[in-house]
Amino acid sequence: MPIEHLLILGALLFCIGLIVVVTRKNAIAVLIGIELMLNAANINLVVFSQFDPNHLQGQIFALFIITVAAAEAAVALAIVLKVFHYFKTADLDKINGLKG
Amino acid sequence: MDWSLIIFYAFGFIALLSALFILFTRNILHAAFALMLTFLGVAGIFIFSGAEFVAITQILVYVGGILILIVFGVMLTNKVNGKNIVTPVYRQGIALIVGGGFFVLFLKAIMQANFGAISWITKSTESEPSSLRYLGLVLMTDYVLAFEVIGILLLIALIGAVYMAGAKRKEVPGAN
Repeated sequence: MPIEHLLILGALLFCIGLIVVVTRKNAIAVLIGIELMLNAANINLVVFSQFDPNHLQGQIFALFIITVAAAEAAVALAIVLKVFHYFKTADLDKINGLKG
Repeated sequence: MDWSLIIFYAFGFIALLSALFILFTRNILHAAFALMLTFLGVAGIFIFSGAEFVAITQILVYVGGILILIVFGVMLTNKVNGKNIVTPVYRQGIALIVGGGFFVLFLKAIMQANFGAISWITKSTESEPSSLRYLGLVLMTDYVLAFEVIGILLLIALIGAVYMAGAKRKEVPGAN
C-alpha cells in the first residue's frame, strides 16, 4: 500500500474523530471521538517508522501514546462518573454549575 | 496484485467504514462496538507496516481495556430502562466546516509533500521481517527514561482515577 494512502486514511480517521467530538454532547461519545483521533495519530507514526528500522522512533512514540490514552481514558471515565453522580446527566451542555 | 495487498486494503476499509458508522449512528453502544472494529482494522494495518508489537499492544490496551471502560461508562452514566441509549447530534454545519477544512488541509499537505524525494525515506535500508528485537533494545537503552516516566504517569493516573471514582466511606468514630 503506498504511503500516501495510509496517510490519507489517518487524516480521514482524525477528521471523523474531530466531527464526532464537535457534534456529540454526551461525554462518552466525545471520549470515543478522542480515542479515534489518537489512533489516527498512531497510524502516521507507525507508517513513517518503517523507514527507520534500526531506531524505530515512531513505534516507541506510538507505544507511549497508547499508554497516555489508557491513562486519559481511566481518569476521564472517573470524572464522568463523579459528574453523573452529582448532576444526574452526562450531557456536557447541562453541566454548567460551579461550586458556590 | 498479490494477496497481502488485498488484505492490507481490506483492513483499511474495515477501519474506515466502522469509523463512518461511528459518525452516523446515534446509539452510543453501537458506536462503542464499531470503535472496536476500527481498532482491529488499525491493528491489522500496524502488522502490515512491520509493527507487530504495537499492533498487539493496540489490541490488548484499546480493545481489552479502553473499550471495556467505555462500555462500563455507558452503562453507569445512563438510566437503563429498556430504551436505546441515543445521543442527539448538534452543530452539524460547524462540524462539517471544521472537519472538512482540516481534511482538505491534510490532503493538500500529503499530496504536495513528495515523499519520494526525502532522503531518509529513499535511503532507508530494507526493513527486517520483525522489528521486535530492535524495539526491545531501543526501549531499554535510548528511551529508558521515557519508559520509566510513562510508568509513573500511568501509576499516578490509575491511583487518581480510583480515588476520584471510588465510593467514600464514612469514618466510624473510635475505629482504631
